[in-house]
Amino acid sequence: MTPRIEFWQGNTACAEGALAAGCNFFGGYPITPSTEVAEHMAAKLPKKGGVFIQMEDEIASMASIIGASWTGARAMTATSGPGFSLMMENIGFAAMTETPCVVVNVQRGGPSTGQPTMSAQGDMMQARFGSHGDYAIIALCPATVQEMFEQTAKAFNLADKYRVPVFLMADETVGHMREKILIPDKVERIARKSLASGALPFRAGEDLIPGFGQFGTGHNVHVTGLTHDERGYPCATNPKLHAALVQRLVDKIELARNDIADYDIINPEAEQVFVAYGGPVRTVQQVLHDRRGGDVGFLRIRTVWPFAEKALAQFKNARRFLVPEMNLGQIAREIERHVKVPVKSIPKLGGELHTPAELAAALEAKE
Amino acid sequence: MSFEDWFRQDRLPHIYCAGCGNGTVINCTLAAIDQMGWKKEETVFVSGIGCSSRAPGYILTDSLHTTHGRALAFATGVKMANPDLNVVVFTGDGDLAAIGGNHFIHACRRNIDLTVVCMNNQIYGMTGGQGSPTTPKGCLSSTTPYGCAETPFDLCELATAAGANYVSRWTSYHVKELEKAIRVGLETPGFSFIEALVQCPTAFGRRNKFRQVADHVEYLKIHSLLRAKRDRMIEKGEQIPQDMFVVGELTRRNRPATGVKP
Repeated sequence: MTPRIEFWQGNTACAEGALAAGCNFFGGYPITPSTEVAEHMAAKLPKKGGVFIQMEDEIASMASIIGASWTGARAMTATSGPGFSLMMENIGFAAMTETPCVVVNVQRGGPSTGQPTMSAQGDMMQARFGSHGDYAIIALCPATVQEMFEQTAKAFNLADKYRVPVFLMADETVGHMREKILIPDKVERIARKSLASGALPFRAGEDLIPGFGQFGTGHNVHVTGLTHDERGYPCATNPKLHAALVQRLVDKIELARNDIADYDIINPEAEQVFVAYGGPVRTVQQVLHDRRGGDVGFLRIRTVWPFAEKALAQFKNARRFLVPEMNLGQIAREIERHVKVPVKSIPKLGGELHTPAELAAALEAKE
Repeated sequence: MSFEDWFRQDRLPHIYCAGCGNGTVINCTLAAIDQMGWKKEETVFVSGIGCSSRAPGYILTDSLHTTHGRALAFATGVKMANPDLNVVVFTGDGDLAAIGGNHFIHACRRNIDLTVVCMNNQIYGMTGGQGSPTTPKGCLSSTTPYGCAETPFDLCELATAAGANYVSRWTSYHVKELEKAIRVGLETPGFSFIEALVQCPTAFGRRNKFRQVADHVEYLKIHSLLRAKRDRMIEKGEQIPQDMFVVGELTRRNRPATGVKP
């Protein structure tokens, strides 16, 4: 069968991607520019036997999807910057309790209320480090309406496989634009690894990921945000146990860094290399198209966290990396940590995409 | 089955101080659940942060010990995603009425099919005795060293006004009445709220002239005003003493509920 063709808004594609992946619980709170995701889920989920619930705030939205996830649901919420800030408390809880869940952040200009209807990528470091303590998460960045669909679906698989919150770090540009999208007949689904009968609910094997003891299946699992032992019991004053638990939470994602990485490498012999994710990908593509020759390299990142540092090494002739971002250089600094050549941040604030002329000028500039 | 079979024996001893009233409330809750004939695998306990919220960790079922004030939001997710589960929430006055106040009124408004047992010790016990939204006027705590100047919440009036189907208040003295109230709460579809005033000798009692645990329990007993008696007093136009609180079944109705087992 040929794939169905639609002309959709990014936020609609995100909701449809979630539904295709079997999302059956959505808890959310209205916020521009992500609200269309909630509206679409409100219309579609009840007809598919799923649950849509509008919670009283984003703190409760995040809590509700964690609660739903422990009953085995594929659970999601969608928000933007101010709501993402409120979710940080329970995002940490999800990381600590290894609860699979998907959080969509259609980024807008910040800080604070900022620019509700304009585009930004200012929450990239918040996605990685926003809750207190050490932990690791996965963050994906779609650049097209097609990727809004595909990466949302993929986010559920990553969340279930690694038992971790997965963020779809979209931006207003990608969320609100409309373009052609091919809908596949079905999408791949990776199930959570179940807890074996009698096994300890927080004891992990070589992959560092424990089996999931779904509520209502007789495992009698105690889930706590306190530092816990392999039985799930609080053990908050044991230094070695705390260190080992937090190390494992980080290492389970670290161990899978290459498995999680998702990027395209274009013109690997080039001396000047763009690195971009989300909205700015589109401008870089225009610049490459306009120049025609293969003299400019491009690392197009779809998984921003964990950062795919190995991809940078594939540009062996790279003299300079240029990083256009709709923030003041959040990922540019991450790239600086991994390369020996200069990294030129091309920040843009204000809510509009970089123009091709701006990026072309950056290529010509010496500094 | 004895209600003792519901405890995680390998978690003992528990963290509660000698003389704490929380154990009484946990026992009443488990006895009520045992009477209901609920199975462990279909029962989930949810809690937030505080002394009362440690209770699910001692009970041998699936249990979710969450973030401060958010228990009802987590419980809403559990119950909406799987209405077949029986969901009971343990909370305290700080957890429920301060940081969790918004979640409390909205869970009542949704009339979601949860049973919420609030152990109200009128203070923040776990952090060492700070004033809470239910600390009575004039009472001493580490953050109200000159006496609490604010008016406390009446949690039961709040739950009733916000839409709960069942609301009841008792104390750790009224063991049989409390157990029965929780039982009715478990049976009632929709949001059931049972407030249990409890003594906290460590954080509240020692600052407020309750030198003995029994003194505080006695205080709760003699300051309890039965709802029927209160109603009679109102009929006769008598003044209700300021230091009394009403106990008994305060609200019982059958408004449409959400998350009820099909």
